[in-house]
Amino acid sequence: MKKTFVIARHEFFQVVRRKGFYLITLGLPFIAFLGLFINDVVQDLDKEPEIPEHQTIGYVDDTGIFIEYTEQTDLTFRPYSDHDQAREDLLSGEIEEYFIIPGDYLKSGMVDRYTTERELEVPAKTWYRIRDFLLDNLLAGEVSEDLLNRARTPVILNSWHLDETGEVSEPPDELQAILLPYLFGLLFIMSIFMTSGYLMYSVIEEKENRIMEVLLSSVSVNQLLRGKIIGLGAAGLIQIIIWLLTIMFFLRVGSVNVSALEGIEFPVGMLVFGVIYFLLGYGLFSVLYAGLGAMAPNPRESQQMVGIFVLPAITPLILMGIIGEHPEGTVAQVLTLIPITAPTTAMMRLANINVPPWELALSILILMGAISLGIWLVARMFRAYLLMYGKRPTIKEIMRTLRQK
Amino acid sequence: MEIASLAVLLVAAAVVLFRYRQHKRRGSAESSIANSFDSQIYEPSLPLLASTLPAGTTTVTVSEVSKSFNDIYAVNNVSFELKSGEILGLVGPNGAGKTTAIRMLMDIIGPDSGQITVLDAPSGQDNTDRIGYLPEERGLYRKISVSESLEYMARLKGLSQHEAISATNQWLQRLRMAEHKGKKIEQLSKGMGQIIQLAATIIHDPELVILDEPFSGLDPVNREMLKKIILELKESGRTIILSTHQMNEVEELCDRVLMVNKGKVVLYGGLQEIRSRYRNNSVFLEYSGSINDLLGVTEVKDHGSYSELFFDEGTSANQILGRLVERGVTVDRFEVSTPSLHEIFIRVAQEES
Repeated sequence: MKKTFVIARHEFFQVVRRKGFYLITLGLPFIAFLGLFINDVVQDLDKEPEIPEHQTIGYVDDTGIFIEYTEQTDLTFRPYSDHDQAREDLLSGEIEEYFIIPGDYLKSGMVDRYTTERELEVPAKTWYRIRDFLLDNLLAGEVSEDLLNRARTPVILNSWHLDETGEVSEPPDELQAILLPYLFGLLFIMSIFMTSGYLMYSVIEEKENRIMEVLLSSVSVNQLLRGKIIGLGAAGLIQIIIWLLTIMFFLRVGSVNVSALEGIEFPVGMLVFGVIYFLLGYGLFSVLYAGLGAMAPNPRESQQMVGIFVLPAITPLILMGIIGEHPEGTVAQVLTLIPITAPTTAMMRLANINVPPWELALSILILMGAISLGIWLVARMFRAYLLMYGKRPTIKEIMRTLRQK
Repeated sequence: MEIASLAVLLVAAAVVLFRYRQHKRRGSAESSIANSFDSQIYEPSLPLLASTLPAGTTTVTVSEVSKSFNDIYAVNNVSFELKSGEILGLVGPNGAGKTTAIRMLMDIIGPDSGQITVLDAPSGQDNTDRIGYLPEERGLYRKISVSESLEYMARLKGLSQHEAISATNQWLQRLRMAEHKGKKIEQLSKGMGQIIQLAATIIHDPELVILDEPFSGLDPVNREMLKKIILELKESGRTIILSTHQMNEVEELCDRVLMVNKGKVVLYGGLQEIRSRYRNNSVFLEYSGSINDLLGVTEVKDHGSYSELFFDEGTSANQILGRLVERGVTVDRFEVSTPSLHEIFIRVAQEES
């Protein structure tokens, strides 16, 4: 046990002393929030084009009923007798745009609008102005002023959410339902992969530098593996805690400025399970990655081999929509019980609902079993391949190694 | 929020406290070592502690050990024995099975059959802290300092933090590498790296030292230093296994020789015993007079300034000398021809093939 901790300490400081560790640990949250902030700024910049203070909109009325309400405080509707004159004035800048009310308007409701502006869709303000102009003329003299105003704004909808007891409660936040699980899933998978990656590269580096034989002459494979997992796991845990705290800090302080984060709250239970699932998820992936490190002759080949685990591991993120919308559904339940997808799925679900305790307990037990099995298998791989330099074993050789007594 | 903040603060505090304590310990250990060296600055070679094992104790027993990879024997029915204070020369061509044999002694890989006992602990039991191993495929962490590297290796061999710092300073002083202690390994020359690796091998004062090709890459000065250290280890009662291609080093240092080829032992025994077993039955002679038809001599080879006399199995070199004196031949040089280990190695290898 003493040697395991000597290795763990060595591995921990080897990683936390690297500049890259600080850069990623402290820099990544800032980059993420900078991205959100820039998104807000860009959205502000990208608002609908400014409408001039006093707008003049031309129209050609083939029905002959839209003749009133042409002068408003900041708007003039200028009638035209024909399409050509309206077009000429639009092109010369006399008017901002014009629309044609065809003769069969009352039946069809169709209006053709012409503008020189490039726009993805009709600006809401313009749409409302044209609608109100048509509405005012259609109902003028027919109804009271109050009714006319109500017809312009027929509903101001207040929505209330009732909990199981029938009391009014805060409605579930849809943004939280999607953003928080995604944020957590991403954060989780990133820190697990990164920390496991440290372990894999540490094994490969020791193979490449020919230190492995010296190490194995001093400690057992299990001591080496355990020491590395503990040391690098501690470094990874610090990384994820710093990320979590940064997120929480931005949620409290930064949410004033970053609209995407407004209203998001962190369930406390999630933090506890966050640590448990991080440790288990990291334990599983680090064992798998250590096995890859033992087999891979160099970092380049290890990168190719890593793909075997990446795709299954990011499945919960791919299925984020389903898990976010139906956190109690079958897909979410199944993915919580598969070791390789369990940590991310469980965290994504915990961000939204209270996952049944039996599911969490079973998922944690399965993960622990998978880690034990992984350590047993990888210890065999270590013995066989750690001292094999520059050669990748074939599938046949790997199978034979695993079968050997 | 509060719980997480507290956790981070605790972790940060633990790290800072730990680093502070480590720094403090390192400082006190360094100052005590520096003081102890002040008086011995002109004598870097500090005496090693005597072995805890009584002289002549059997330290290594290898009995009918075999190991195969993919149905090919790397080691085939190998047996040998070693006692404390002995140096065994493990020789053989590339691929003979030397490294596999050593890895089994180190318990890095297990034998398919046979029994290995090292320092009274059978294979599978942990006594790695009593063994020092310098592998042929050697290396160190390139990005960390010399002292840190040695301290880590020492700690992996069971030394406490304080002992590891002490031993590191002692060995760096002894190997005249103290000035490089703060350098990263990647900043050292290959030869210096070799010396540091050697220090890492013996830093924990092991009972059994296994050196696989220790002389490769060393300059003559460092070779001599290594020989001196090996002989000191032997004198202090340590058991040493020296795997090498350098036959002259084996002749100079070893008490016993184990020659392997294709996984099998082809020669094993004391150095002198092997030499006499493979002697040539010839003498080198510089003389004046007649040596024609000397009894027992089967052939005379003229080498210009001297001759080589070959004699039959029933005749000894002493008898030849007596007969020369009897005949009145003036003998200026008389030397029994002894084959070098290199010649024996070539001869045995040829016989085997």
